[in-house]
Amino acid sequence: MSGAVDLTRFGADVAATLPEITLACGAMVLLMIGVFAGDRRTNVVTWGCVALLAVVGYLVLIGADGKVLAFSGTMVIDPFARFLKILVLGGSAIAMLMSVDYLRDEKLTRFEFPLLVTLSTLGMLMMISANDLIVLYVGLELQSLALYVLASFARDNARSTEAGLKYFVLGALSSGMLLYGASLIYGFTGGTTFDGIAHSIAESGLQTGVMIGLVFVLAGLAFKVSAVPFHMWTPDVYEGSPTPVTAFFAAAPKIAAMGLFLRVVFGPFAGAESAWLQIIMPVSVASMLLGAIAAIGQSNIKRLMAYSSISHMGYALIGFAAGTQAGVQGVLTYLVIYLAMTVGTFVCIMHMRRDGKQLEDISELAGLSQRDPTTAYLLAILMFSLIGIPPLAGFMGKWYVFLAAVEAKLYVLAAIGFLSSVIGAFYYLRIVKVMFFDPPAAAFEKPIGTVNSALLAFSGAFVLLFIVSPLAVTDAAGFAAKSLFP
Amino acid sequence: MSNLLSIVTFLPMLGVLLIIGMAPAGKPGDMLARQISLFATGVTFIVSLVLWTQFDPAVPGFQFEEKYAWLGGNITYHLGVDGISLPFVILTAFLMPLCILASWTSIETRVKEYMVAFLVLETLMIGVFTSLDLVLFYLFFEGGLIPMFLIIGVWGGARRVYASFKFFLYTLLGSVLMLIAVMAMYVTAGTSDIPALMAYHFPKDMQNWLWLAFFASFAVKMPMWPVHTWLPDAHVEAPTAGSVILAGILLKMGGYGFIRFSLPMFPDASVYFANFVFVLSVIAIIYTSLVALMQEDIKKLIAYSSVAHMGFVTMGLFALNRQGVDGAVVQMISHGFVSAALFLCVGVVYDRMHTREIKAYGGLVNRMPLYATIFMVFTMANVGLPGTSGFVGEFLTLVGAFKANTTVAMFATLGVILSACYALWLYRRVVFGVLEKKSLMEIEDLNSREIFILAPLVFATLFFGFYPKPIFDMTGASVQATLDGVEGKLTTAEAGEGEPR
Repeated sequence: MSGAVDLTRFGADVAATLPEITLACGAMVLLMIGVFAGDRRTNVVTWGCVALLAVVGYLVLIGADGKVLAFSGTMVIDPFARFLKILVLGGSAIAMLMSVDYLRDEKLTRFEFPLLVTLSTLGMLMMISANDLIVLYVGLELQSLALYVLASFARDNARSTEAGLKYFVLGALSSGMLLYGASLIYGFTGGTTFDGIAHSIAESGLQTGVMIGLVFVLAGLAFKVSAVPFHMWTPDVYEGSPTPVTAFFAAAPKIAAMGLFLRVVFGPFAGAESAWLQIIMPVSVASMLLGAIAAIGQSNIKRLMAYSSISHMGYALIGFAAGTQAGVQGVLTYLVIYLAMTVGTFVCIMHMRRDGKQLEDISELAGLSQRDPTTAYLLAILMFSLIGIPPLAGFMGKWYVFLAAVEAKLYVLAAIGFLSSVIGAFYYLRIVKVMFFDPPAAAFEKPIGTVNSALLAFSGAFVLLFIVSPLAVTDAAGFAAKSLFP
Repeated sequence: MSNLLSIVTFLPMLGVLLIIGMAPAGKPGDMLARQISLFATGVTFIVSLVLWTQFDPAVPGFQFEEKYAWLGGNITYHLGVDGISLPFVILTAFLMPLCILASWTSIETRVKEYMVAFLVLETLMIGVFTSLDLVLFYLFFEGGLIPMFLIIGVWGGARRVYASFKFFLYTLLGSVLMLIAVMAMYVTAGTSDIPALMAYHFPKDMQNWLWLAFFASFAVKMPMWPVHTWLPDAHVEAPTAGSVILAGILLKMGGYGFIRFSLPMFPDASVYFANFVFVLSVIAIIYTSLVALMQEDIKKLIAYSSVAHMGFVTMGLFALNRQGVDGAVVQMISHGFVSAALFLCVGVVYDRMHTREIKAYGGLVNRMPLYATIFMVFTMANVGLPGTSGFVGEFLTLVGAFKANTTVAMFATLGVILSACYALWLYRRVVFGVLEKKSLMEIEDLNSREIFILAPLVFATLFFGFYPKPIFDMTGASVQATLDGVEGKLTTAEAGEGEPR
């Protein structure tokens, strides 16, 4: 009980959460720089944030192997968390890099943008490492509050503010549900740490109160990953937000929320698998089908990508339904591939500018293959990959998730998934059709900037070459998935 | 372990890299792209001939095998050919240079992209026939959709968008069902290695499901009645070389799939569903022949005749005897020459007149005697006249079917008569008669490039018509081994022995 022991423990806790602490402190410093130097130094802040994320990524990588608990078991750092953190940090950094040209063109260059992304990333890291309902909530809210502001970042634009408000109101509702569920779980199990909840469920079974709490928590999480029937906000927010923000939404927060989702169902509620499977399976089926069918009628490419992300989250949820380590590995692989595909697609969407305005109608891409063949071919490859046509990466993502489902004898679920991917093929093909078969429309304002070209090239190369050496990703995902199963 | 198969599979991709890296924009770049593609496909053909010379036809198993770790688990990068797949590799490599030549002047827009699409397609098609891993096979099988979609959609005719979407979605729907079966097989057998799966005995009720899932994919690809409707649209709208590839190779993937997967891996189900296939085949033969009679578009007529001819293939395969399967293989190869040549013949007059309406032609023999002769050879081969390669396949499949089910053979024979009706009638309307139409007065006979394209096909058609032995030599041992394998599994099942695990 001496103070020295507590101090060592505190030191160990700090060491374990060094990435988060560094990120928080770094963000404060950069905030100060931004405040004192003003918007003229936005570039410094942006690159500073990217560098900060890189440093944090490095810290995550060099962290101790194996599973470490910190702060009395309220946070957990394991290979699973490490894998997702790297992914999220990468996604956030890419989103920041992507945004520079766009914000300049839209005269939105303000130093708050990279900082908000960074703070939201901090929230995501906390979500991923959460091992306690309270940490979970704090991380989730930190992330979400930054996202609400980002959605309405173009504050003079009616659609952007509408998106922010809508996101905020619905997000608050979902947070409320999550909190309510958490309180029920606390009330019936007597603990907030995941280990305590798991212990209680193992001991006294799944009480009705815990079950109701679980349903509410899952509803809140489903909202964050925009799974049907909690998807309503997605199309509007995707459409209204400034495009780089949409790109950010599609990438990092989805990954973090998926990670949290996995952690919750396979951690504290691993013993209640039969209960949450009843929820996840219909949610997965509904997301795949609705995403595929509702996208057919869209002419706005950002809305289309919103529905696309809904159905892709549905596919990822299939991996949950398998309830196995292979399933989790599939989900993690899927997230990596989805991130790569999303980045490239949004670079292309941001490229759609004429007369100083962002264009969002698919028809504006008409004849792109004749105006700018390189971009058109890369976007076409991404579209085919999103459909899931081999040998592109998107196919491999589906392969691992569906294989896990077949292994778990969920043939019907797999069949529905594949059928909806055929339905979904139609709208991705329409984009290819517009680019390749239609006569050219007027040219876009200017070529893609250097950074964005590099990102697009990276994304295309990843999608094309993933097949050559898929083990590089899947082995890491497998190692991460393993740590989720004791 | 030689890497000959990897070389033959991925050589065209080298051409793609060369075109992307070397060909500048504009006319000179287009010409360079054509030359590079011709060179790449030519070299690929030569390498495939090297394969043929080194191939030992007496060995029934797989040769030139290559195996590398790939996806982890038991999914490997495994290539190899046997007597059944090698002819298709050679056929593909043989038709590709002809396709490039056939597009030499008729494709003037976006030439580089066109050539790249064809080269990518060649790699994927050869890969289908050389892969010995189910997952690898699926990758190649399905990947072909992308270049073909673009070929139909970008360089196609007036209704190209409709045709390309229909082609893509039909085929995709068929293949995703197969993908589930592929996964189920991998999970059950613990491997996706094709030779290992051929030795594996799946439980009977599972076989039925797997068979149906594979059937969904191959039947669409083949195509069999009633899922053939994408084919006429795709053929009519595709550019000439696209039609040649579609009819010459892509359709054969279905038949190849039946021989490689359905028969040896699901023998019980193949026997169980044989009558079902017979019925569909006979309907295809008779019904689509009748439909072909009524077509006004030359390409559409040939497309329907392809469906009918593929009916003979499925019928022969599921006769499950030596004559039937041998005949099916020969029929597929022969159809690869003949239908390819017929589409090229249509392309010749289309390039001159820019119409495929039968009504727009007549009396071509007066201005184009050489064309009339060559077209006649292929028409006769399409009818199945003895002395052409078409006869050998049709006859053997009928013999095979006769041994398996006399009624089926009887109805299928009607198809032979009907094919004579539509093919000869087409020939009469296009080539014979009086040259009345003003637009045709100035039409030129074949130029040297076209002669160069068609001559090898004429040679092949007649050579294998009189002397099909080289094909039988190549395929014989493998076909027999496949049938023995089927027979063996059926008898062990009857004897009630447990499944080898």
